[in-house]
Amino acid sequence: MENFTPLSAALGGALIGLSVLILWLGNGRIAGISGVAGGLLRPQAGEAGWRVAFLAGLIGAPLFHALLLGAPEISIRSTYPTLAVAGLLVGFGSRLGSGCTSGHGVAGIARLSRRSIVATILFMLAAAVTVFITRHLAGG
Amino acid sequence: MGRILVSLASGLVFGLGLVVSQMVNPQKVLAFLDVAGNWDPSLAFVMGAAIPVAALGFALARRRQAPLCAEAFSGPVRKAVDGRLVAGALIFGTGWGLAGFCPGPALAAFLLAGTPALVFLAAMLAGMAAFTAIDRYLPPAR
Repeated sequence: MENFTPLSAALGGALIGLSVLILWLGNGRIAGISGVAGGLLRPQAGEAGWRVAFLAGLIGAPLFHALLLGAPEISIRSTYPTLAVAGLLVGFGSRLGSGCTSGHGVAGIARLSRRSIVATILFMLAAAVTVFITRHLAGG
Repeated sequence: MGRILVSLASGLVFGLGLVVSQMVNPQKVLAFLDVAGNWDPSLAFVMGAAIPVAALGFALARRRQAPLCAEAFSGPVRKAVDGRLVAGALIFGTGWGLAGFCPGPALAAFLLAGTPALVFLAAMLAGMAAFTAIDRYLPPAR
C-alpha cells in the first residue's frame, strides 16, 4: 500500500467529472474519449471542430503540466506486440460497446444509465481477470 | 466559437485530471486492477470523485432547455443491454488489462511517453477504424 494516493486520485477524478460537466452544460455532449475520438474517423458535417478542440486540450494539458509542474510518471512495461494487441482490443471494443472508462464509467454511471453500469462492471471484470492471468498465472 | 472553446476547456481539464490522478500511468492502472497482488486501490477514488461532480452537471442541465453554446443536448438514446454492449465491454476490458491504457490516457500520454505509447495509440486508432469499417456487417444495435 506504499503507493496509495487517495487524495491526488480524488482531486484528479473531480477534474475529470468537471470536464464532463463543462462539456454537457456547455455543448450538450458526453465527454467520453472513445466516442469523441472515434467520431472523427467518419465525421458528420459540423462535427469535427469541437472534437478536435477537445482532443487538443486532452493532449495539450499533460504537456503544460510537464512544462510548468514537472513531467508525469508514465511507466510502460509491456512489449510492443502486447501494446499493439491491447490497442486493437481497446479501440475496437470501446467503439463496439459504445464507450470506455469515461463515457460509461464516469458519465454513464453519473446519468444512472443501466447500459453504462452493466458495461462498467463487465470491463472492470475483464480487465481484472486479464491482469490476474498475465501477472499470476502466466509466469509473470 | 463558444462551442470550440467549451470543448477545448473540457479537454484541458480532462487531461489535467488524468495527470493529477495518475490515470495516465499504465503501471498505476495495472496496480489498481491487480486485486490479487499488491493491490493499489487509489484509482477507485478517481471514479468516486468524478461521478458525483459529473452527476451535478447532469442535474443542473435538467433545468435547462438547451446547453449554453449548442442547440440541444445530444446524449445516448439506446436503453437495451445488447450483444454489442456486452461484447464490446469485454473486449475493451481485456485490452485495458493487457497494457493498462484506456483511450483517454493513451491520448494524453502519447507526446510524453515515447515509442511504446505511440504503438498503443496507433493500434487503438486502427481498432477504432476497423470497427467503423465492419460496423454495418455486425448484428444491429437494439
